[in-house]
Amino acid sequence: MSERAVTPARQAPPRGRRRGVLGWLDVRGRRLGGWAFILNRVTGLGVLFYLYLHLIVLSQLAAGPSSWNALLNWFLNPIFLVLDVVLLAGLLIHGLNGIRLTLVEFGLVVSRQKALLLAFGTVGVIVLLIGALRFLSDVGAK
Amino acid sequence: MGETVTFRVHRYKQGDAAPHQDTFQVETEPRTTVLDALTAIRRTQDPSLTLRHSCFHASCGTCAMKVNGREVLACVTNVRELGTAEVVVEPLENAPLVSDLVVEMAPFFARYNAIDRPLVRESELVPGAQRAPGVERALRYEDCIECGICVSVCPIAGTDPDYLGPAALAAADRVREEPRGRDLPFVLSLADDPHGVWRCHAAFECTEACPSNVDPAGHIMQLRRALIGGRLRRLFAPRAEVGR
Repeated sequence: MSERAVTPARQAPPRGRRRGVLGWLDVRGRRLGGWAFILNRVTGLGVLFYLYLHLIVLSQLAAGPSSWNALLNWFLNPIFLVLDVVLLAGLLIHGLNGIRLTLVEFGLVVSRQKALLLAFGTVGVIVLLIGALRFLSDVGAK
Repeated sequence: MGETVTFRVHRYKQGDAAPHQDTFQVETEPRTTVLDALTAIRRTQDPSLTLRHSCFHASCGTCAMKVNGREVLACVTNVRELGTAEVVVEPLENAPLVSDLVVEMAPFFARYNAIDRPLVRESELVPGAQRAPGVERALRYEDCIECGICVSVCPIAGTDPDYLGPAALAAADRVREEPRGRDLPFVLSLADDPHGVWRCHAAFECTEACPSNVDPAGHIMQLRRALIGGRLRRLFAPRAEVGR
């Protein structure tokens, strides 16, 4: 056993201070890795929501070609094209950070995790800008 | 030159319905630390203010608290360098609150002790160094000062009360690196648990906040790597034997 005596268990005081899930959204004092942690959760939930939305939209195929084509025309509305940019941002954040986390959590490039985050962040911003220009040029063309 | 700074300090006593903040005006000098200011408040304005401190030089880890929303050691946090006219002081998060700025550290130490980390180690003696009479060997503390900041900043410790926590897991990895007679399989079995290394989600807040450069998140990842390596070896070992 260690040299330190084990502190006897005491009855817990009545008031705990545990951040809880909402504490994840407390941005005070948050550092780069903490921001990545929060963004990964928010984008994860967003992408999950989109997945179900996508399946619901695809189910309209069963309603026939005219219904499907009408729906596609509706999605060419500028609002949806802006939402496409938001979706792309979410996918890039979650995907690229996911690759970083996979590497780091297997004990690889741990000491370079912050540099990896910045590198993937840079790649993500470049891809997002290209994608946004592509999507929003469609808005301008309308 | 003296400069008056407003301190908004978290207050809570056992039996209170809810915590509140009290405001104090404190005269500060260029080298005044947050701990200096808090002890001044207790000495001259409110003797009932409860806080924990000891060494005043970042060795004991007892004065860890949140200052302007960020976990720090109050004894080495300069008030002027915070750059704010108002300083908000709160206790650490993710621990039971005892009083004002004091949290219960017993669960933290209990986990630390469960890991059975060697708290002291033999120093690399300088050749020819003289030891004091009666001292058979020189010892120095490991770098962790057991302040609890890593647990306070950890988002997982904030949601999983059974999480072993960054400090204990970093200690487990130190045992893996240098067992020094400790029961390594037992320590690894504690870490290899859903509430152990696998619960960490690599926010690296603990590593960033640690005032003693322990790098708990880095240790957790290295421990994971070792555990995964052990599993893979066990997975392929029988096949290798069959092939012989």
